[in-house]
Amino acid sequence: MDFRSSEQALGPRSEDVLPTTATAAVKVVIVGGFGVGKTTLVGSVSEIRPLTTEETMTQAGVGVDDTAGVERKTSTTVAMDFGRISINEELVLYLFGTPGQQRFWFLWRGLFEGALGAVVLVDTRRLEVSFDVIGRLEERGVPFVVAVNSFPEAPSYPVDELRGALDLPASVPIVLCDARSRTSSRDVLMALMHYLQALATAQEVG
Amino acid sequence: MSDAGADWEETSPERLYVITGGRSGSSSPTGLDLVTLIVARSGPRPGMQPEHEAIVRICQAPLSVAEISAYLSLPVSVVTVLLSDLLAEDKVLARAPVRAAALPDRALIEAVIDGLQKL
Repeated sequence: MDFRSSEQALGPRSEDVLPTTATAAVKVVIVGGFGVGKTTLVGSVSEIRPLTTEETMTQAGVGVDDTAGVERKTSTTVAMDFGRISINEELVLYLFGTPGQQRFWFLWRGLFEGALGAVVLVDTRRLEVSFDVIGRLEERGVPFVVAVNSFPEAPSYPVDELRGALDLPASVPIVLCDARSRTSSRDVLMALMHYLQALATAQEVG
Repeated sequence: MSDAGADWEETSPERLYVITGGRSGSSSPTGLDLVTLIVARSGPRPGMQPEHEAIVRICQAPLSVAEISAYLSLPVSVVTVLLSDLLAEDKVLARAPVRAAALPDRALIEAVIDGLQKL
């Protein structure tokens, strides 16, 4: 029963239809390098099969040589997968998995604006790709937690060592997860929510 | 990540130009977010542009801008232009997302925690 894009073109399947009482939506952004498991995480907690939205990138931003004599403009399609969780009858949470490279973030205008927060998904074999992402989120003032996806073959480090390597302040939570597990992925989102709750409390007190 | 299945012809700049009449998403001050929920006010009408008709058809129940983009295989920027037409003609309603100010509201976070706990 897999019709791929033609299935999408039909619109939502009857079980994917939101109740008419759904009046408000919030979003969380899952950021990470290629192959780190963003789509896996989104897919394991989403109530719908992850969907893909695309944006076309033309001219600037495409690393293609401007060959003389090429008349047609090059365009690249960049895809972003997302999922959905109905929180209650009125509120819907959307999860967007986006590549770590900042040039992609601008393709979806307002991806981070109004987001509750972000999850930086990390693979311990390629920690370095997370440095830039973390820096950018800090710059933008987007609250985030770090989730370390436990690949069986990846080395495991104590959390303190990871915190040091990622140069993370003590306040930013680091959680270990298995993106394939629904419960584990749910707990990552829960960690972000508890962190946001603590930030909100601190603000009220302060 | 999943570029597999991306159809270059479907999203060729030429086709998108035709659909939007050459307008780009940046010029529409609709304030539509990826998670703005869209609901049609009525059913599709004969004579509508096919893309407008498709949006009205799939938005009989609320759908986010991102979902509309996914189901119609159109970039969000194009969907935004089409939605601004439909909003101007009162064919659809937009339910603005809950926007987190500097920090999200505690009640909102608690609602999300309650919802996640039920998963």
